Amino acid sequence: MAINWFKYSAPSSFYGLAGKLIPWFAWPAALLFCMGMYIGFFVAPEDAVQSEAYRIIFIHVPASILSMMIYLIMAGYAALGLIFNTRLSSMMASALAPTGALFAFISLWTGALWGKPMWGAWWVWDARLTSELILLFLYLGFIALQASIEDPRRADRAGALLAIVGSVNVPIIYFSVQWWNTLHQGSSVKLSGTSMHIAMQQAMFTMLVAMWLYVIAIALLRVRSIILYRERNTQWVGELAEVKQ
Amino acid sequence: MSVLEFFAMKGYAWYIWGSYGVAILLIIVEIMLVRHKRTITLQQLRLVRDAENED
Repeated sequence: MAINWFKYSAPSSFYGLAGKLIPWFAWPAALLFCMGMYIGFFVAPEDAVQSEAYRIIFIHVPASILSMMIYLIMAGYAALGLIFNTRLSSMMASALAPTGALFAFISLWTGALWGKPMWGAWWVWDARLTSELILLFLYLGFIALQASIEDPRRADRAGALLAIVGSVNVPIIYFSVQWWNTLHQGSSVKLSGTSMHIAMQQAMFTMLVAMWLYVIAIALLRVRSIILYRERNTQWVGELAEVKQ
Repeated sequence: MSVLEFFAMKGYAWYIWGSYGVAILLIIVEIMLVRHKRTITLQQLRLVRDAENED
């Protein structure tokens, strides 16, 4: 079966496709989130060193991973929009930014609540924490910059430059625990294996997948409003059932 | 293990439930905001269309 993928790079066809896809991501996300919480709190055993406090890991690590992944995807879409002048890519970048900012905030918030009982401090200016804080500011800067420019195509281009330049921060966050002597621990899960209990791994991985699906669903929902607004003067928007009524 | 013991989390209750509570609350707020944005956008489009039809 030949699928014309380019068809869906047009906002008019993607709008409908996104609407159909949302429930397929949203419901599995909710289900997996509940499963992940169940495994994390009822199946996974207590940690030998951190007692119950370690359970923050099931939200902290997936949120942190996603805050970085969303940034790279956002910068990728923004770059595509800048290079090929494709409207939809730029709209996707704008749709991802608020969720990326939210996940960066959740990462910092849960990190602070984990740092206090384990390190004795809510916050330390170490490399990992500081670079993640910069990531949050990059998201907020991207959103503010786009909001301050009236012409959407110019806003897309300005935002894209900021997103691309800022993406250098993502590897800095990722490798910060290796490059610098920091209070933050290294990765518990590496390609070479892990010392984590199997149920702990399952809980963390389930939560990661759940949050991934959530990000896709919420970005699709948000991009649909962006498409509608930016294409408001086109005929196809005027002919939509939800606009016609 | 009793329900109370479970929620006490061996003294880490504030840290753990503070993490999950705020995260889940913010996600719910985000869903509401994005859905509200769609309603508002659709309303805006209809208003503009109606205004144009009157001209």
